[in-house]
Amino acid sequence: YNLERRENPYVTGNSVIAMKYKDGVIMACDTGASYGSTLRYKSVERIKEVGKHSLIGGSGEFSDFQEILRYLDELTLNDHMWDDGNSLGPKEIHAYLTRVMYNRRNKFDPLWNSLVLGGVKKGPKGDEKYLGMVNMIGTHFEENHIATGFGNHMAIPILRGEWREDMTFEEAVKLIEKCLLVLLYRDRSSINKFQIAKITTEGSTIYPPYALKTNWGFAAFENPSKGAVGTW
Amino acid sequence: CRGAATGSTRTTAGPAWPSPARTTAWSPPTPASPSDTTSSRASTPRSASCKADKCVIASSGFQGDIKALQKNLAARELLYQHQHNKRMSCPAMAQLLSNTLYYKRFFPYYAFNVLGGLDSEGKGCVYSYDAVGSYERTGYSAQGSGSTLIMPVLDNQLKSPSPLLVPARDAVTPLSESEAVDLVKDVFASATERDIYTGDKVEIVVINKAGTRREYIELRKD
Repeated sequence: YNLERRENPYVTGNSVIAMKYKDGVIMACDTGASYGSTLRYKSVERIKEVGKHSLIGGSGEFSDFQEILRYLDELTLNDHMWDDGNSLGPKEIHAYLTRVMYNRRNKFDPLWNSLVLGGVKKGPKGDEKYLGMVNMIGTHFEENHIATGFGNHMAIPILRGEWREDMTFEEAVKLIEKCLLVLLYRDRSSINKFQIAKITTEGSTIYPPYALKTNWGFAAFENPSKGAVGTW
Repeated sequence: CRGAATGSTRTTAGPAWPSPARTTAWSPPTPASPSDTTSSRASTPRSASCKADKCVIASSGFQGDIKALQKNLAARELLYQHQHNKRMSCPAMAQLLSNTLYYKRFFPYYAFNVLGGLDSEGKGCVYSYDAVGSYERTGYSAQGSGSTLIMPVLDNQLKSPSPLLVPARDAVTPLSESEAVDLVKDVFASATERDIYTGDKVEIVVINKAGTRREYIELRKD
């Protein structure tokens, strides 16, 4: 036990947002990683595939996220080596991650992340979509839509209002982009370079990064000093 | 010596670990037959789970610890079933919970629990805990962030005689199931008004010899 050590995050990733849709789960985040207030890395992939059935999105300390990916590699490798026709689904991966995060927290040595775990796997009732999150203190749950970091405050209200069961991929992307745009405008550490990923029974796809169209054409921005009195 | 308790329910601290405490409240058992216990706790249906024969635990506090605790108890209960070829009775589960909590006396589960169910005689029982396992069987209880708002109302409505009386008198005014459920709804609606952490929804579990019933009631969402 190290009762004194208080970890500080150094290189951190932003919000991850995700939601279930008709064919599976869709997840998105920007590709930036900050070093405090410096935007240090601009092409970071924060959503990765795990096994055949899941996607993991990580926000928070990026080196801890990489460590977690190594743990998951070991896990999926062992699972593959069993060669028994069975493979770990998103629910199992989420449970594993929960135990890892909670136990590290109990040792006062947390992995400084908020992780989003989504996937689809065939279950007794057919294809079961799964989406959950776990954070650095071990709080975990399952939901139809998830967001980490600032996304909790800005994206979740939008998702709660507009998410529907059985959205098509196009509708889901539109809703996700709406949330990403709000985050872009209002979260100072976000950048205009996003990646969307989806996972269905067919498999997973992580799309190449792209930018959203922003609108700064407001009258107040056109000529900021117009009508100003004095130094303001 | 009579019930420890008190000094318990801390309202949530600020930093590192705990997430906002939900409120958990218990209502009294009814008199003759059928005896039942009503249990409820506010917000998302995550903290109440079915244990043992007719026994439900409701927990308030840090979700990570609550999940770990309930998982622990579920595992122990399964072991008990394998070893004894029967389900755990509510009083047995009550003791197990106390021991489990005290086991982590020097790094506690940040969980404030209420256990409810039917004892071996089929009468309703309510056990109330602090975070380190001191517990007491009572007729009714409330734990969590809204407990200070709820307990006085329950005390008033259930006309508990003075604990100073000798011989000790039984705690609770007999209520019918519908009266009990109504009381629970009322206290949660009241707690929702003033406690910021209480609200959205409440899950009410009713256990009696006929079985176990759950209902979800909407609460104010602000």
